[in-house]
This record gives sequence, C-alpha cells and structure tokens, in this order.
Amino acid sequence: MVDVTPRTVAEIPPAEVPDVELYHPHSWWTTYVFSQDAKVIAIQYSGTAVAIGLVALVLSWLMRLQLAFPGTFDFITAEAYYQFVTMHGMIMVVYLLTALFLGGFGNYLIPLMVGARDMVFPYANMLSYWIYLLAVLVLVASFFAPGGPTGAGWTLYPPQAILGGTPGGEQAGIILMLSSLILFIIGFTMGGLNYVVTVLQGRTRGMTLMRLPLTVWGIFTATVMALLAFPALFVASVMMLFDRVLGTSFFMPALVEMGEQLSYGGGSPILFQHLFWFFGHPEVYIVALPAFGIVSDLISTHARKNIFGYRMMVWAIVGIGALSFIVWAHHMYVSGMDPYFGFFFATTTLIIAVPTAIKVYNWILTLWRGDIHLTIPMLFALAFIVTFVNGGLTGLFLGNVVVDVPLSDTMFVVAHFHMVMGVAPILVIFGAIYHWYPKITGRMLNEALGQFHFWVTFVGAYLIFFPMHYIGLVGVPRRYVELGDTAFIPASVHTLNEFITIAALVVGFAQIVFLFNLFWSLRHGREAGGNPWRATTLEWQTPTTPPPHGNWGKHMPVVYRWAYDYSVPGAPQDFIAQNDPWPARPTVPG
Amino acid sequence: MAIALLLVVVVVGSVLFHVLSPWWWTPIASNWGYIDDTLVITFWITGFVFSAVVLFMAYCVWRFRHKEGAKAHYEPESKRLETWLTVVTAIGVAAMLAPGLYVWSHFISVPDDATDVEVVAQQWQWSYRLPGADGKLGTSDSRLVSSDNPLGVNPDDPNGRDDVIVEAADLHLPIDKPVKMLLRSIDVLHDFYVPEFRAKMDMVPGSVTYFWFTPTRTGTFEVLCAELCGVGHAFMRGIVMVDTAENYQAWLQQQSTFAELSGPAKVGLADDIRR
Repeated sequence: MVDVTPRTVAEIPPAEVPDVELYHPHSWWTTYVFSQDAKVIAIQYSGTAVAIGLVALVLSWLMRLQLAFPGTFDFITAEAYYQFVTMHGMIMVVYLLTALFLGGFGNYLIPLMVGARDMVFPYANMLSYWIYLLAVLVLVASFFAPGGPTGAGWTLYPPQAILGGTPGGEQAGIILMLSSLILFIIGFTMGGLNYVVTVLQGRTRGMTLMRLPLTVWGIFTATVMALLAFPALFVASVMMLFDRVLGTSFFMPALVEMGEQLSYGGGSPILFQHLFWFFGHPEVYIVALPAFGIVSDLISTHARKNIFGYRMMVWAIVGIGALSFIVWAHHMYVSGMDPYFGFFFATTTLIIAVPTAIKVYNWILTLWRGDIHLTIPMLFALAFIVTFVNGGLTGLFLGNVVVDVPLSDTMFVVAHFHMVMGVAPILVIFGAIYHWYPKITGRMLNEALGQFHFWVTFVGAYLIFFPMHYIGLVGVPRRYVELGDTAFIPASVHTLNEFITIAALVVGFAQIVFLFNLFWSLRHGREAGGNPWRATTLEWQTPTTPPPHGNWGKHMPVVYRWAYDYSVPGAPQDFIAQNDPWPARPTVPG
Repeated sequence: MAIALLLVVVVVGSVLFHVLSPWWWTPIASNWGYIDDTLVITFWITGFVFSAVVLFMAYCVWRFRHKEGAKAHYEPESKRLETWLTVVTAIGVAAMLAPGLYVWSHFISVPDDATDVEVVAQQWQWSYRLPGADGKLGTSDSRLVSSDNPLGVNPDDPNGRDDVIVEAADLHLPIDKPVKMLLRSIDVLHDFYVPEFRAKMDMVPGSVTYFWFTPTRTGTFEVLCAELCGVGHAFMRGIVMVDTAENYQAWLQQQSTFAELSGPAKVGLADDIRR
C-alpha cells in the first residue's frame, strides 16, 4: 500500500561532488538589487508582476465601467476601450501570471523544495529578472507613446494589428508591444533554463523525481512547456515586426485599406494564428500547471493527508503538458482554417479533459477522510476547485467544435477563460501567498483580514463570471465597446452588465485589503516560527527562517521519503518531514 | 463551517440561475437545431458533474473538518478507484464528443443544391454578391478593388457580368432554400455573425471561407461582426431579411448587376489597370 514512501535509508547515495560555494554579495547593491539569490529574484519578479498586474486591474475596471454605463465616461473612447482590452489581457496572461508563477514562485520554491542552495546559474537568473523588468518598462512606455498602446486585442491578429483602423497600428503602440514580448521571451528563457536544470541537476541526495512535491512538478513541467511554446510567439512577433517596420508580407495578403491599395501581398493571416495559438494554448497550461501543483500541496498540508494518487497526479501533469501542444487550433474553429482540422482538434481537446478530471478527483479524494484545517490557504484551495471545475466544464462546450460555433467570439468565451485561467489560478496565488508568507518573512499574515479578503474575492469573482456566460449565450459578442440598440439583446442584459460591474469594483477594492495585509504583517504579524503549518516539504525545514542566501547553513538536507507523509500510522506526530529518517536513525554515507 | 454552506449555496444558486434566468439563446432561424441539441446535452452532463463534485466537497469539508484529536486516514492511492473514475470520465467525454463530431460533419458538408451567396466585408460595412441567371459567381481579386468596382469583381470573367451587387445594403434570402455563404474580406479579419442562424465564420483577406445553412423562418435579423476588426468593430452592423419566395423575387428584380453598374467604358479601364 505504501510503496510510494520508501523508508529505507540505504537508497541515499554518497555525495558524488563536493558542495559548491556561492557568489556571496559584498554590498547593499548586490544583496538587494543586483542579487543572484533566487529568493531575492523571486521577490523582485513578484513585486514587478503585482505592480503591473494592478495596472491591468484598473484597466478592467475602466472596461467594466464602459460596458455597464456606455457613454457616461467621455475619456473611454472606442480607441481607448480597445487599448484597455488589449493591455489588460496581455498583462494578465504574460506579465502577471506567467512571471509570477514561474519567475516568482519558481525562483523561491524550486531551490528550497529540491534541497539546493540556489539555482544552478545564478547570474543568468539575475539577468532574467532585469530583462523581464525591461520588457515591462517597454510595455508601460507604450501607454505614453504617441497614439497610445496597441488596441489589437491580446491576440494581435494581423492584418488589423498593424493597420490604421486599429489604435497604435500605424504608430508606436504595436512596435512597442512586439518588442516587449521579444524581450520577455529572452528574459524568460534565461530563467526557464535555470528552473529546468535546477530540478534535473540540483536536487539534494535522496530527492528522487518521484519524491518531488507536486508544486515542483507543476512548475517544472510548465517551464519545459514554456521553453517549447514561447519560441512560436517569438517567431510570430519578429515576423510581424518585419511586416510592420520593413514592409515584408509574412502575414499580410494583398489588401485594400479604406479604399487604398496597399503594397502587401502573398502573406497569410491564418499562419499567424497558428503560431500564436501554438504558443497560446500551452500558455493556458503554463499558468494552470503550477497552480495545479501548488494547490495539491496546499490541500495535502492543510487536510493533514497525503495527496491521493501521487503517481497518477505526476503523470496527469506530464500528460496534460504533452497533450496541450496538439490542441491549439481549438481556438480557430471559426477562423476559416481547413474545416477537417475540427475533427482532430475537438478530439484531442476533449481527451485532455480526462487527465484534468483525474486531478480534480484526486484533490477532492484527498479531502475525503482528511483532518481538514480551514485555514486561509485551504479556503482558497477549495475556492480554486470550484472555479476551476466550473471553468473547465465550460471548456467542454468550446472545445466541442460544433458547440463552439455559436458561442465563439461571444461573452461566453470571456466568462470561460476568466473563470478557468483568471480567477482559478489567482485564487491559488492568494492561497500560496498566505501559505508561504511565513517562510518568506517569518511572520503570519493577519487572519481576520485574510478571511475578509477570501470571502469577498471568491463570492465576488463567482458573481462576476458565472452570470457572464449567459450574456454570451444570448449571443452578445465580445470586444464590443458598446452594444447599442441591438434587437436580440433584451434590456435585462444591460441590468446584468451593471451588476457585474459593481461586483468587479468591489472585488478589485478588496485586493487593497490584501495589499495592506502584506505590508502590515511584515512588522505586526504573529511570529511564525520555522514550520507553522507543520508541513513535510524541505522549505519548512530550513535551519533559519527566513532562509539566508544558500538556504541550508552548513549541512545540506538529505531526503528519506516522499513529500506527503501526513498522518502516517504509528508516527509520533501527524507529519514526517522529508528529511526525517523515522523510524530509522540517520546514517548518511559520507 | 460557513465554507461548506457556501459550497452548497454555489451549487443550488448556479442551478437555480440556470433554470430561472431570462437569458437564453435567441429563437433559432436556421436548420442548426442540432447545434442547440448538442449544447443542451453538454449542459446536462457538465451541470451534473459540477453539482456532484462541489456537493461532494461540501460534504467532505463538513464531515472531515478538524476536530480535537482527529487523525486523517492514511491511503496513498487506490488503483481500482482511479481506474474506475478514469473510465467513467472517458465515457462522459465520449458522450459529448460523438454528437458534436456528427453534427460537425453535417456542418461542413454543403448540400449540392445550396445557392452561393457572397459576403464581402470591409472596415466597417457589409456588401453582398449573388450569382446572376447563370448561377455562377465571377472570379474576384482584392487587387481589382476601386471606387467603381468596390467588390473587386473580375471584369474579364463572363460569369461575373450578371452577378447581382448589393453594396452596403440589406441582404435578402429566400426561406427554406439552403445557401452557401462565401465569405471574403478586402482588408482585415471580420466574422459574419447572425445569432439566430447559429453558424458563423471568420472572413480572411486573401482567401474565401464559407459556411452553409437553411433559413427556416421569415423575419429581419441583425448581422454583427464577431472578429475584432478595428475601432469600428462594434458598429459594423447589417441586416439580413429572410423572405417568402415571392417577396424575395420582388426584391431581386430591383437589384443591379455588375454589368449595369460598371458599363462598357469602365470595364475597359479596369482592363488597363490589370495590364
């Protein structure tokens, strides 16, 4: 029954190579700014991602205000609205979620959880952050450029993305957007190689791959995927930049703009869509897999029970990662591509539902007969399951080619992807921050503020996005600056839009409470100690909290068991840390 | 315990919202009732799964919440249970996919008796072209677009001479006659979308896309653009009127052909441009 938790110590191999010395900082600058410590880089990544994420949050408010009260706000022109749509989407998907999960959580947790002193290439890791920051600054610069940022939608479909009918198309907006993406991908590649090599190469003795916490499996698989998927976006961005700046025609067919024949010819707009979604669909799972991994560890720790079906969970993560590379064209059922693709991509898309469902079953089976502590991280984990299941199931509508036909490009799609890759992963991020904040700072986040934050965020977000599906079902298209007088749209849709906007404002403001809590608890939070959640994984076993540069002090941890020995029968307490040799005595070969 | 209660409220609330909400699809006006049926099947299966999962969670949270001295059960995995759940899920997925693919095969098989109707999109208006007496549309090319030939019809193609041109005006279609909508754009991506017809498809400059349907009730239907096409996207509207056969003929008689609109001299001019 318990063959996944080998107890013998004989498996611990002797150290094959000596421990290497790290580059230790010599000044304030190299400690806090140009730091090579993955934990500092993680905080830098997270801080930058959250800051730009707040910009995207404000943009979402402006969009919602326009949708609920069209014509009320003079500064929200059609141009401005499409710029908000575009920048909100791009920031949230790439600059917030990808950067926060991989650059933030990846950097902080991978070395600690696998028992390494740091990432294997600390200098490249530092460079990764600074290039990411540059990418964000270029993105922000487009807000101040003549003509403003691009308004092409986050999908940046040509030809409109580089033509005059779209905001920023003939000005700097689209150029800055594409340049920023190119920079982001360069920066990410440096970090991403680090995460992958550290997991493969930097694990401490005894930490076999099948003893890794699922958090590491999720981040690792997502990073491998990102390293394979982002090049498609890189290529597409470079080619579109050429089309826009040099007048090439990679994606531009012969066309007439506003009565004027343009000199483009021979390119294919559909080719761009294939490249974009070859990146774009794996991107969904690049965000989802770290969330899957993290939420597994939150549920297991706070239910005091091993994650159910660990091996199946690992294979599900890997399987979803692989399958997600052959489903991309389900974003293109009505793009005008060869309609026979529909059979293939609908089948692969629905097949991916099976490993995904297995993950959901195993989460809830972990709760079954557990000892559930309703801590804030656990509450967020439960809320994640609800929103993820909801959003995943509506994915079965959109993945099933013919059902997608009436729903595609409507608000149903907007509701679906916000539920499944907006709300669900962000709930995990919140849960994860409440969970690991004590390790990062040595103090607990305030519980009462956390309760308030959880209830408003979860209930509010559900009230925003669940009813929105039905607006799409009516047939209301997405990316409409205003609905105007449209015969098939009843007045009640406008009332519902007002309700959704109010809910969005409330949820947005609740995040201020969370931010306040982050800063307030730095000084005033309860002292956490090294392992406040009584968790098994290595990051909670560091000799000092917060862990210093190098993490482990003099002796590297040695791992004797998997990450999920909670409530083991006969054990002296309800968890056994991974580096605890119980019931044997520690006998570590040289 | 509030969270267990909330989970139950989420399920009950979502189901009640679905049943009671006034927001549902528009009354259908085409032959694609199959699509609606598949959608309803999907609602039933997914609704059941959602309710079951969340209610089970609510039960677990209530039943296994932490109590003093309680200890969790220790069971790393169960091959039997995991296999069983995988098989049941696969069957549920197949039950949705099979009708979906069956209907899709209909969706992409255009009947032989379908009449061609060309839709031409540009920022931000809709135009149409119908085959004339010969039943064939002439060839076209966006390189030929000019103020005299806004749809870029090839003046050298005899099939195009009698094509009916409807520029930036309403389209009429006869009821109960299958139509193949040939979709063309002369500038950026657009998408011809009439909610009541259920079918829609992007229009891509440089190629001709299509879908087919049969209008099943008369009436006036609004055309919207469903693919972001620039700042005028939300205002790119049009009208399709589904008529009885007589009304349709009466409308058709009032329309002009390509030859009537261009005249011999202008055709010659277009010839020069091509050379």
